[in-house]
Amino acid sequence: MSKTQGHPRAGKTPENSRTIAVVRASLPRRYRSERRFRLLGLAAVVLSLGFLALMFASLLANGVSAFRQTEIRLPVHFDPEVLHAEALAQADYGQLIRASLGRLFPDVEGRRERRELAALVSSAAVYDLRDLVMRDPGVIGQTREVWLKAGADIDMAVKGHFRRDLPEAERRVSDRQFAWLERLAAEGRLEKRFNRTFFTAGDSREPEQAGIWGAVSGSFFTLAVTLMLSFPIGVAAAVYLEEFARKGRITDLIEVNINNLAAVPSIVFGLLGLAVFLNFLHLPRSAPLVGGLVLTLMTLPTIIIAGRSALKSVPPSIREAALGVGASRMQTVLHHVLPLALPGMLTGTIIGMARALGESAPLLMIGMVAFIVEIPKGFTDPATVLPVQIYLWADSPERAFVERTSAAILVLLAFLVVMNAGAIWLRKRFERRW
Amino acid sequence: MLTLTRVEEAMTKGVGLGTSPGEEPARGRPDRESRETVGTVTVENPRMVCRGVNVFYGDKQAIRNVSIDIGRNEVLAMIGPSGCGKSTFIRCLNRMNDTIEGCRVTGEILLDGVNIYDRKVDVVPLRAQVGMVFQKPNPFPKSVYENVAYGPRIHGLARNRAELDEIVERALRKAGLWDEVKDRLHEPGTGLSGGQQQRLCIARTIAVNPEIILMDEPCSALDPIATSVIEDLIFELRTQYSICIVTHSMQQAARVSQRTAYFHLGDLIEVGPTDRIFTNPRHPLTQDYITGRFG
Repeated sequence: MSKTQGHPRAGKTPENSRTIAVVRASLPRRYRSERRFRLLGLAAVVLSLGFLALMFASLLANGVSAFRQTEIRLPVHFDPEVLHAEALAQADYGQLIRASLGRLFPDVEGRRERRELAALVSSAAVYDLRDLVMRDPGVIGQTREVWLKAGADIDMAVKGHFRRDLPEAERRVSDRQFAWLERLAAEGRLEKRFNRTFFTAGDSREPEQAGIWGAVSGSFFTLAVTLMLSFPIGVAAAVYLEEFARKGRITDLIEVNINNLAAVPSIVFGLLGLAVFLNFLHLPRSAPLVGGLVLTLMTLPTIIIAGRSALKSVPPSIREAALGVGASRMQTVLHHVLPLALPGMLTGTIIGMARALGESAPLLMIGMVAFIVEIPKGFTDPATVLPVQIYLWADSPERAFVERTSAAILVLLAFLVVMNAGAIWLRKRFERRW
Repeated sequence: MLTLTRVEEAMTKGVGLGTSPGEEPARGRPDRESRETVGTVTVENPRMVCRGVNVFYGDKQAIRNVSIDIGRNEVLAMIGPSGCGKSTFIRCLNRMNDTIEGCRVTGEILLDGVNIYDRKVDVVPLRAQVGMVFQKPNPFPKSVYENVAYGPRIHGLARNRAELDEIVERALRKAGLWDEVKDRLHEPGTGLSGGQQQRLCIARTIAVNPEIILMDEPCSALDPIATSVIEDLIFELRTQYSICIVTHSMQQAARVSQRTAYFHLGDLIEVGPTDRIFTNPRHPLTQDYITGRFG
């Protein structure tokens, strides 16, 4: 300041210097508010990241243990007396397990004790044994060491979810069972092993037998229908409205309605689906086909809005250039406008699909909330989806479903992360704005 | 006999007969408020004939009753202050205004005796016949080659790759760009400099082999060196095409054109040979503009 003042030729009038003085005086206040705003923004980001980390930490803490399942190694004698070659599927495999446990613990007497001993092994273990014999009938007559799933309560006890200091009557695992478990562990017959069932099975009333594969397949078929319908229809609608339709009262009306539809609560689409697809068109209940149709209705507005804004952001000079050399409107759109708008459209589509993946309310309305053990094989098989499965498990009383609920949420989140990563990859691939 | 030689002479010079200064009827100086076009709007053997053209944007009239001919192998410059409608008018000539919502054109614009605004006329062949170069260089976000090849490809002008290569090379040579880009044909067109991009756009236009090229202020986004390169190019292209150029720069109009049309607030005020317009403007408005009293 002193330098400029000392310069006679700078032509400073008193007014100039006054302006500069006022500007300088206001600077600290301006910088202060800027700093305040920055800190506020930073605090918001830190807070949201903190809550995200908290959510992940609690999910991981609760859910990771579900990926491992307690198993017991038993010397099973495949008794030819029990396994008749003509009726292998109907044989009493429970007897084999009970016999093998009896051999390990010969001192156990009495009905009650025997029942407690048998409860160490999951009631679903018989199916694993049956599968083993069906696969390899050569084992009949031999004795093999086999890893069998422990019961859900035993699993919880081994994972430390049951407190031993409670009175025995209030526990689901008795003192005797704890003693047996300690002996099995000492003999190396007790281990927590990777829980394959969780990733390959459908739903079950028995937690150790329940898996998410049914829900994952259901989600896959549902989303496949949604994607196959909503992407082409959404893109076509966006292109028509943006590039071909005459702007006027009707397009304004359509635009307002699309924006409103995007804000309609999703359960309303479920009711619509119930009324139209099930009651009027008589499509199968609980089917991914109907779920996909309902979710298509829900995602269409999102895709159309994103598609239109992507088309709007294509510079008009590109359209003029194409039209100027004599391209027809369709050629202009297909060759030039659409490729440039595609990244934005894909982003909108993936956002819509991610929302559809996490949606449960509209699917409850069309019966995708049913208890379904079978893994769906097609678009019309009864199915459920991941978020509905989570909801069902969260509602179950068994302690073992708590960790499975968290684990299923982890799987759902993993899917969302994969989809979003896919969206970013696609966008990067198509985004060649030289 | 004498007339014939004059016709020949006019043809070889590439100037329409009617535009030679001697043919222009000398009239008195028109009134400042007069909006009737001064000078001769017709040329002998015109390429395009515009009669009574009006353009409306909604209720607003942007062009009022404009009649002018575009001759063969001539450069017609359209000058005038901003907002005078010269861009609007040039965009009528290949119906680029169709894309503008609420734009309405009345009157007649004849190309080869057919009104291009006739319901039966298809804009696709029209735009192949009447090409256009825009104010801002707008190459496609594709390679140099693809930019030039796009027009011939959609019109099916080449039967095979070799023919297409030839068309691309010829167009780039005519646009004076070949030597600069022949080693980078498959690099993005948007990576060229502004002047090169504009010449690429010209190459893209002439690759379709149009009869008329419309240029809407093609040099307004370019530096003086790139501008002079484009001006030289326009001068050369005149031998094969009719060119209409809208320009803000009177010097540019004087340098490249044979005829000049002066627009003022939607009216065509004066048309005449460029030399005459710049040395002896008749209408007071033209005079004001030429002498820099407004603009």
